[in-house]
Amino acid sequence: MWRFLTWRLLQAIPVILAVITITFFLVRAAPGGPFSTEKAVHPQVQAALEAQYRLDQPMIQQYLSYLGDLVQGDLGPSFNFPGRSVNELIFSGLPITAELGLYAMLVAVLIGGLAGVFAALKPNSLQDYVPMSLSMIGICMPSFLLGPLLVLIFGIWLDWLPISGWGNSPGDKVLPSITLGAMYAGYIARLSRSGMLEVLSADYLRTARAKGLPERVVIAKHALRGGLLPVITFLGPAFAGLLSGSFVVETVFQIPGLGRFYIQAAFNRDYTMILGTTTFLAALIVFFNLLSDVIAAWLNPRLRYQFKKAS
Amino acid sequence: MRVETIPTLVRSCYLASIRHKSNRALLKLVQFPTHLYFLANSPMKHTRLTLRSFLISLSVLLIASCSSGPDETRVEQGNREGVLHFGNGAEPQGLDPHIVTGVPEHHVIQALFEGLVLKNPYTLEVEPGLAASWDISEDGRVYTFHLQENASWSNGDPITAEDFRWSWERALTPALGNLYNYMLFPVVNAQAFAEGLIEDFSEVGVRVLDEHTLEVSLNEPTPYILQLFDHYSTFPVHRGTIEAFGSPTDRFSQWARLGNIVTNGAFELTEWDLNSHIRVEKRESYWDSANVSLNAIVFYPTENLTTEERMFRDGQLHRTGDIPLDKVPVYLAESPESIEIAPYIGTYYYMINTTKAPFDDARVRKALAMSLDRELLVETVLEGIVDPAYGVVPPGTLGYNPPKTFDFDPEGARALLAEAGFPNGEGFPSFDILYNTQESHRKIAVAIQQMWAQHLGVAVGLVNQEWKVYLSTQENMAYDVSRRGWIGDYVDPNTFLDMFITDGGNNKTGFSDARYDQIIFQDAPASTSREERYALFEEAERILLEQMPIIPIYTYKSKHLRVPSIQGMPANLMDYFNYKYVSLESESE
Repeated sequence: MWRFLTWRLLQAIPVILAVITITFFLVRAAPGGPFSTEKAVHPQVQAALEAQYRLDQPMIQQYLSYLGDLVQGDLGPSFNFPGRSVNELIFSGLPITAELGLYAMLVAVLIGGLAGVFAALKPNSLQDYVPMSLSMIGICMPSFLLGPLLVLIFGIWLDWLPISGWGNSPGDKVLPSITLGAMYAGYIARLSRSGMLEVLSADYLRTARAKGLPERVVIAKHALRGGLLPVITFLGPAFAGLLSGSFVVETVFQIPGLGRFYIQAAFNRDYTMILGTTTFLAALIVFFNLLSDVIAAWLNPRLRYQFKKAS
Repeated sequence: MRVETIPTLVRSCYLASIRHKSNRALLKLVQFPTHLYFLANSPMKHTRLTLRSFLISLSVLLIASCSSGPDETRVEQGNREGVLHFGNGAEPQGLDPHIVTGVPEHHVIQALFEGLVLKNPYTLEVEPGLAASWDISEDGRVYTFHLQENASWSNGDPITAEDFRWSWERALTPALGNLYNYMLFPVVNAQAFAEGLIEDFSEVGVRVLDEHTLEVSLNEPTPYILQLFDHYSTFPVHRGTIEAFGSPTDRFSQWARLGNIVTNGAFELTEWDLNSHIRVEKRESYWDSANVSLNAIVFYPTENLTTEERMFRDGQLHRTGDIPLDKVPVYLAESPESIEIAPYIGTYYYMINTTKAPFDDARVRKALAMSLDRELLVETVLEGIVDPAYGVVPPGTLGYNPPKTFDFDPEGARALLAEAGFPNGEGFPSFDILYNTQESHRKIAVAIQQMWAQHLGVAVGLVNQEWKVYLSTQENMAYDVSRRGWIGDYVDPNTFLDMFITDGGNNKTGFSDARYDQIIFQDAPASTSREERYALFEEAERILLEQMPIIPIYTYKSKHLRVPSIQGMPANLMDYFNYKYVSLESESE
């Protein structure tokens, strides 16, 4: 197991290095720079700005000094927010985006898991079709539509929940979490349905029933373990996706999270901020993939056995 | 549901939750829905009841927790406490007056800092700020400012003439990279210092006569110079604080952060949550604090217009930065008292690449300009809220009105095009309209594409590019016709007309005319009366419209949603407000 973990961690290094290198040169190849504005910039001013951000140095030297700073955990100063470092900006948005992602994940797992298992118990009946149609809607409905729609219904017409903000009033976290979680709930519903269907016809379930276990225990204790494996493997990448993909929800609900910085950075050609957030999210994705592999192994005795044999 | 049942429901909710305690949190998470399903289908009557009451209690708790807040909205509370909630468009880049650019930054800096003068929001004429009074020499080239005797920084230090001299030196130092350093260029030798041609700041026309007297010498009698002294790039900054946090020209300095910053305006910074809000509170030690009515202002970075509109509707904002165009007719019909639309000092135009055939022929350019039905465009695509433009300077810019030299005339346009060798558009190469990605620009471009096809018979394509790509395409002159907008830096025709000087950084059309350059560089700055200057500007604008390197389309309007309780924030050409004039009326009074 430890060998497996170390090996996977070592594998992550070239992946992240490749992400950094590609991003570094790609953003510099994009037309327009961090200082181009609608108004003409005086050549002296342009030169002074480039000198302060070391853009006057040869590209390869910029790249190497960036890597050098990165090793020391310094992602550099932001171009768009003079006086703030990329580290500071990421860590000001991350806790909020993580909290939002966590709640969205709860919504997705609870609603999606329930709907999927429910549908799998009576396949090809109304009990299957209704949740599966709803899950399709959840997948297809973009959050820039679902968000304003929920706001209109629950925030403005019914006046039950706040329409924007984060942590300012009780209940203002409900709508953003549902909006962000809806799409993932749809995926999880479909994954858990197919996973459960496969498992429900397995021999070990027949054994469990033959032992005389009540159906509730059969499903909850025996079937779910195997049936929800695909969901578990999906959760890692999904959580990384929630962290990096919350931009729309953060904008619609006026939430000061990481997603807004990420998108603004690309529009502003904030080189260090684009690199910093991309690298950070790449590291997160690698980490969550690893985590979901470990959890899958832990839940699946056969995989666990293979690991033991390998190490 | 009766209130007495709630405690019972809460208890059953608790019981239901402990019944399914599991050691493995993750498994529990996925098992939980299944348990619910089986509980619901269980033959045992009492568990069924428990489940139902559990669900009901959950929803009751949810609703109770959500609607338990006070009935008063944020705006009503603000009216009572004198706190203005302000939709500010975007997160400010920072608060260093010599580094940042942009409107959201401007709104916050205006509350925190003050320059030599302020403006009256009703007339836009200047009035005393940190300068209590000033004398102008007879030739109009030397200004002597007498500063307020009792003005102080937020840390208690007095504000002196030396603060201005040092701050202007900093603002002009090349290494700082101040994008707005040109605001001070009318001052003797300021441009030479900013370009590194002279090193010694004592050669620049700023002199400290005594602690409270500042003398400023100008190259030419620049009539709009006082307007520039209300721009944040000419504001003083606190030397001691800046030097305590490193070099004065370091863009990464921490001096302008919450807790470090020392300011000199009517308000001081008390909260700054990135992408959430900025709060400033009234500063009692401000020299004119008796005339400040607001107790605090909260700025919200409302990037998304529809979110901002919803926040306004929900009573969270006193005033929005803008309104989505499609909401304008709704508000005009349903609550006209909360919408405000006013002329704004900006022009929306198409520029033409005059270095490229067939656009190097002025007749072609005029034909394009004359075949646009601006009235129709404004009525249909733009919801009738802006004014069609036939010149580049917006009408009414401190009394200046642009000449109207042409009109919508498809016949005349066709004749001009035929003269240029393209009768009925035959043989005219197809070309593209470039615009930055935005729905309203696309709609306008589609309408114009149709008008040109209909009236001139020319084939036009549309190209949209992301903002920075679009800027770079313009910079490289790699376009045929491109959308552009220009907002005046100050209230004077010069801020529009000096764009089109030969090889000017903002020209970008290839247009060049010797007489035009002479008016902008020499004749207008040297003129002694406003009438004489405006006559010269009109001559320049006639040259521009004769050559037509740009096609004026419409004059901007500022549009806001605002609650009626705001007083002293009148609509004006600059969309300018002076917080000292602003007050909030509490509805209970």
